[in-house]
Order: sequence, then C-alpha cells, then structure tokens
Amino acid sequence: MHALKKNRPLRRIVLTSAATVSGVVLVLSLKPHTAPALASPAPSPSTGAVALPAPSGSASSGPATGTRTATGDAAQTRYGPVQVRVTVKDGRLTDVTAVTYPQSSPRDQRINGYAIPRLGSEALSAQGANIDAVSGATYTSEGYRQSLQSALDSLGR
Amino acid sequence: MAEPSETPAPAPAQLRHVEEVMGTVFSFDVRGGEPTAMRAALDEAVAGLHRVNEVFSTYRDDSQISRLARGELTIEECDPEVAQILQLCSEAERLSDGWFSATFQGTFDPTGIVKGWATERAALHLVAAGATGVNVNGGGDVQLCGVPGPQRPWRVGVSDPLRPGALAAVVSAAGTAQLAVATSGTAERGTHIVDPRTGKSAITDLVAVTVVAPKLTWADAWATAAFAMGARDGLSWLESLPDTEALLITAGDEVRCTGGLADRLG
Repeated sequence: MHALKKNRPLRRIVLTSAATVSGVVLVLSLKPHTAPALASPAPSPSTGAVALPAPSGSASSGPATGTRTATGDAAQTRYGPVQVRVTVKDGRLTDVTAVTYPQSSPRDQRINGYAIPRLGSEALSAQGANIDAVSGATYTSEGYRQSLQSALDSLGR
Repeated sequence: MAEPSETPAPAPAQLRHVEEVMGTVFSFDVRGGEPTAMRAALDEAVAGLHRVNEVFSTYRDDSQISRLARGELTIEECDPEVAQILQLCSEAERLSDGWFSATFQGTFDPTGIVKGWATERAALHLVAAGATGVNVNGGGDVQLCGVPGPQRPWRVGVSDPLRPGALAAVVSAAGTAQLAVATSGTAERGTHIVDPRTGKSAITDLVAVTVVAPKLTWADAWATAAFAMGARDGLSWLESLPDTEALLITAGDEVRCTGGLADRLG
C-alpha cells in the first residue's frame, strides 16, 4: 500500500533513489550490517523548513484573509544560520520554507545517520494508511482537533 | 463507549475513549479482556491521569509539586509518585548527560517526564486488568501493548511537521510486547523545549525527533533531550542507547534515522 511496507522493500526503494536521484546523492558511511548505500532524497524546491524561530508577526488574529508571508529572524545553530519563511492563507499556516539552513559538510553527512525517503502522498491519509495512532509534536487540545489523531478517534477505528 | 469491532475474524472487544487532561488530549483504544472489568480499568486509568495532573501541575499553586517547590511539603508528605518521579528525573538527567533537565527557571519542574510516565502507567494498568491490546496516545506520545487483533500489529503514523496532515513514516509494533513512540518538536507548540545550559529555547537544527522504545517514560524524555542536542549529537547519542531507535527531521528537510529503525517501519 505504501513505500515502507517492509524492511527489504525499504532498502530497495532507497537504493533505487540512489540510482535515480541525480545531483544530490549523498553516500553515507554505514554500519556493516546495513545496506551498502543510502541516498538523501532530492530536495524539492517548495519544501524544506524549520520552525525556529517563531517569526514575528506570525500570530494571525481575527478573520485574516488573503495570503501573507513573513520571514523570521535567522537563528544561529552550531551548523550555521537557520531562517524560515511562513505563508499564511486566510489565517491558516499553509507553508513553512527554510530560506536559509545549514548546508552540511561532507563530514557532517557521514555522521548524520541514515536517510530514508518520506512516505508518498498516497499513503498519507489516516484512513488510507491503516494506522491506529499518530505521534506528533505534542498536541494541544486545539491542535488535536485539527490532527490526524482526532480523525482516527472520530472514525472509531 | 464500547464498540464491537467489525472485522469478521474473532476480534476482541474494543473500548475507546478520549479524555482532555494535562492540557492535552489522551485517547485510549483497548482490545480484549472482560468488558465490565475493562470498563472499570479504563475509568481508573483516566482517574489516574487526573490525579497526576493535580499532584504534578506546575500551573496550580495548590499542587503537591508547587507546594514542594515552596517548601510547604516534604517529599515524604507527598504522594509516593512524587519520589518516584524525582528518581526518574535524576536518572534521565544522568543518562542524557544533563540534556534532559527537570530544573526550569531555577525550580524543580518534572513536566518533561510526567506525561510520558503517566501515559505508560495508564496503558500498563489496562494490561494488568486483562486487556490483550492497548494503545494510549497522550498528546501525540503513544504507548502500545499487545496487539489490536489477530494477525495485526499496532501501527503508528509519525506526523510530518513540515507537511501538516501528512505522515513522515509509519512505525509498526510487530514482534514486540510493548512499544512506545514519542515525538518532540517545534511544530505545534512552538519553541517549548528549553536548552538546560542556557535556560532559553533550544536552538537546534531539528524540527522533530521521534523516539521508538519499549517504555514511553524514556522514549519521551529521550526525544526531548535529543531535540535539544541537535541532529548530529542527538542522533549519535540515540544510536548509543539500548532498545532505542529514532527518526529525526532536520531543518534541511531531511529525515534521518538510527540504524535499526528500518526494522520498526511498517
């Protein structure tokens, strides 16, 4: 049903990515018992984000309409500055994009562990993925109501 | 609240419940066991969460933890769970080299371990009462025990903080008697994780850390600690922990994981 069904298919898919993704294939050092190569998924131009720091003026109050964007202050990390841009449409956060983020050095990539491809969008609905629970950054009550977990609970699955 | 499962196989009875407590939402999915006993055990588990909130809430002036902090109570005068949590906090601080800390703004604040511990305890209470499958989700941190039904493991989606409504991965509890999945990150509540060295919001190159381990008490604490450590140190530290796997989503929108996580994906 989705890309990460079993261990072996996962590895096969990872290797396929390694073979087909041009440009940003990162060969990582590996433990002896694992697959021989792993690839970082190709970054798509519209994604990439970080939630630090909270951009000033991001709090939307009242019936805000239209699309607004705000770029946060750059936050210093030990790997370099991180800066994000958020897009709010009709009062809802619709996009978070990292406009600046640390470009890992080859040394960093070697110790950054194992890259795995994200699940494809076809697997992402709570109903479609046949899942029993959702783990996410701690839900507030309001966040819960907007979350996949509340969808699962309301379905009574 | 009890609903019979609709699968044609001889499926165990199912009990579901959602409870708002501790500033978040807990959902219970309990399978098997004797229905009357399960109903009672669920009520007890829910009452236990409210009791934990009363005792440990740092937002309540009259909670035991607040009175302990003001010196109005000794540990011996508190519920025995207070000493137990103190012990767990000091263990977490030691094992994380201080990255997990129960000291916030100069006072004792065990919030970082209480929720995971309380969720795990609620799940184990239901198992002890005879449930064959338990899934307790405490605000996005999940404790699983047993199985939901014949030939099916519990499966937990890990929400993708960068794509609201989407999943970054699915974790399966297949082959385990007990598995917890805990996530720390900035996605929903903003920068609520504090760097214990500075007392300020942790500056990290991570947007989320998900830890998979048998017990939610530790999975939750380790996710918090690793988040504050950042991708490189957090990942290598998590890799060193026994029975612990993890998935990290970086500021660069990469998903990284420990070597054994692939065996837990499903």
